[in-house]
Amino acid sequence: MKNFNQIKKNLKKDFSSFKGIRVAVLGDSSTQFLVQAIKGIGFDRKVNLTIWEADFNQIERQVMDPVSELYEFRPEVVVLFFSSHKLLEKYNKSNLGEQAKIADTEMSSIKDLTNQIHNQSGAKIIIYNYSEIDDAIFGSFSNKLPSSFLFQLRKLNYYLMSYASEISNLFICDLSSVQNQIGKASFFQPSIYVSTEMVLSIDALPLVGSRTLDILCAIKGDFKKCIILDLDNTTWGGVIGDDGMENIQVGSLGIGKAFTEFQYWVKKLKSRGIIVSVCSKNTESVALEPFEKHPEMVLQLDDISVFVANWENKADNIRHIQSILNIGFDSMVFIDDNPFERNIVRENLPEVTVPEMPEDPAEYLEYLYKLNLFETVSHSKLDTDRTKLYQIEANRLKTQKKFTKVEDFLKTLEMYSTVSKFTKFNIPRVAQLSQRSNQFNLRTIRYTEDDIKKIAISEEYISRCFTLEDKFGDNGLISVVILRKEENKTLFIDTWFMSCRVLKRGMEAFVLNTIVNLSKEKGFRILKGEYIPSLKNGMVKNHYKELGFAAKKDFWELNLKTYKKKNSFIEINKTK
Amino acid sequence: MVELDILKKVNDIFIDVLDDEEIVIDATTTADDVDEWDSLTHIQLIVAIEKSFGLRFTSQEIQEWKNVGEMLNCIENKNK
Repeated sequence: MKNFNQIKKNLKKDFSSFKGIRVAVLGDSSTQFLVQAIKGIGFDRKVNLTIWEADFNQIERQVMDPVSELYEFRPEVVVLFFSSHKLLEKYNKSNLGEQAKIADTEMSSIKDLTNQIHNQSGAKIIIYNYSEIDDAIFGSFSNKLPSSFLFQLRKLNYYLMSYASEISNLFICDLSSVQNQIGKASFFQPSIYVSTEMVLSIDALPLVGSRTLDILCAIKGDFKKCIILDLDNTTWGGVIGDDGMENIQVGSLGIGKAFTEFQYWVKKLKSRGIIVSVCSKNTESVALEPFEKHPEMVLQLDDISVFVANWENKADNIRHIQSILNIGFDSMVFIDDNPFERNIVRENLPEVTVPEMPEDPAEYLEYLYKLNLFETVSHSKLDTDRTKLYQIEANRLKTQKKFTKVEDFLKTLEMYSTVSKFTKFNIPRVAQLSQRSNQFNLRTIRYTEDDIKKIAISEEYISRCFTLEDKFGDNGLISVVILRKEENKTLFIDTWFMSCRVLKRGMEAFVLNTIVNLSKEKGFRILKGEYIPSLKNGMVKNHYKELGFAAKKDFWELNLKTYKKKNSFIEINKTK
Repeated sequence: MVELDILKKVNDIFIDVLDDEEIVIDATTTADDVDEWDSLTHIQLIVAIEKSFGLRFTSQEIQEWKNVGEMLNCIENKNK
């Protein structure tokens, strides 16, 4: 990781080609270096952060005044930094009664502030939690005494978590975790604090900035979706081809513990909805054996979406994995103990994240924890099914190879789509898809659950979401359209995106047929579309043209009267 | 370390931290003389010097220096 001096030099570079985010930063301590760190790290992440920074200790004034500079700035994200030091100062000045309630008082005040931000702007909010200060007034007895500072600080952190788990537009940036990772001596430099009111040391800034960017990037749809694992000396100790199944180290043998714990970590990622793939230089049957037979293997074949074991080069294999999963290379993480393999992948596929694994497998996990590779801004129970969906897709593709004509293949699939309005059951998935969809996404507008809930009940919008199932399995909810009423009997297509899992099935035609019927029923005459180019959605540049829309200045229009229904092999699911 | 060596090393740190190849400092140089040396970059300089020489300045020392010469004296004393 770069140090602060190196990060600061990024500020002089050219950000103009990157996507922009407007971020407001407000703190009760000195935030100037933090702002520089965030902006500078943004360059390495290819985001151009336009930052408005509040003057020192102006949080309340800026937030509560509806016409303040904060709101004039029109932030997309508001970052709030309440420092543990200011909290301690408040605590120190309070009487005993107030001290015992300071967590409640602070949480109440934070809620007032976040509600006001919510009411005055559509901005998302990131709040840093509190790094611990053990003032040693009671020793470990602090843990037994509710009125102690440490008890109240930890209580406040818990309140923040509870609150954040209820509000989808509110995110906690885990400052406490950063202090744990680097240790307080690195995190806080007293001599600097006393002179400048900076509560973060120069050494802490890169990591704090990085964690902040992780959330900002996730908000923008940049996050990891897949982990690709090498096997020998990564997933187990030793080389299966040489050592044989009885001698690979996993579980109780040798340093097997390191690998077992690593496998548990990967298994948790899979449960969370991260796609797990294998890319190993081995004969396939040999590589499969431990998964099938070793009693102490934690990872099972069921956990693996795509299993690639052969003697080809790994860059080609990862290209093959990408073609099955249809996600961007930049959403992949590749873990391999061998520096030679890592370099090949880095050089050939620079967008893939390739951590520089430590030499000692015992250190794998601590190193990976610190990288914080899997930040996210949404999670739904449906995520757990993702692996299964990709396994089903692999089956579909095997079948498709048997047909020379695509239409013949599509006919045999027996595809059905369920069309629904937004309901409390599908809203989380709708929001999540809006954040994840990059390629088949006409305008790349990201919505949170709260945003979708508002659209669902608004008279101004007509929305539909679509599932797709076939004889192989159910893909779940894979496309969303949001239409906004305009004048002159026109419906504007505010949102149209589709999961890349279901490309080339005729879903676009089905969706268009459906929304044309819907629009006609409601008395509209024109459907108006817009394509907003992004770094990743080049595939839909001619989407409206290909569907028969006519170009009208910056938009595309479809006359509903003259529309001819398009051919598709997808039927409406009438049974649901 | 001889004072001249310390000055050279600190000069290099100024060049790196303030990102300016042209900077030349001497014992009398103050923040007024160097464009990029402000209250913010002052902190970066202190921390970079601490790391480079393997020492820590006290908060009193950080506040007291009026020019580069006083900074160098402090470093020299700590090195003994």
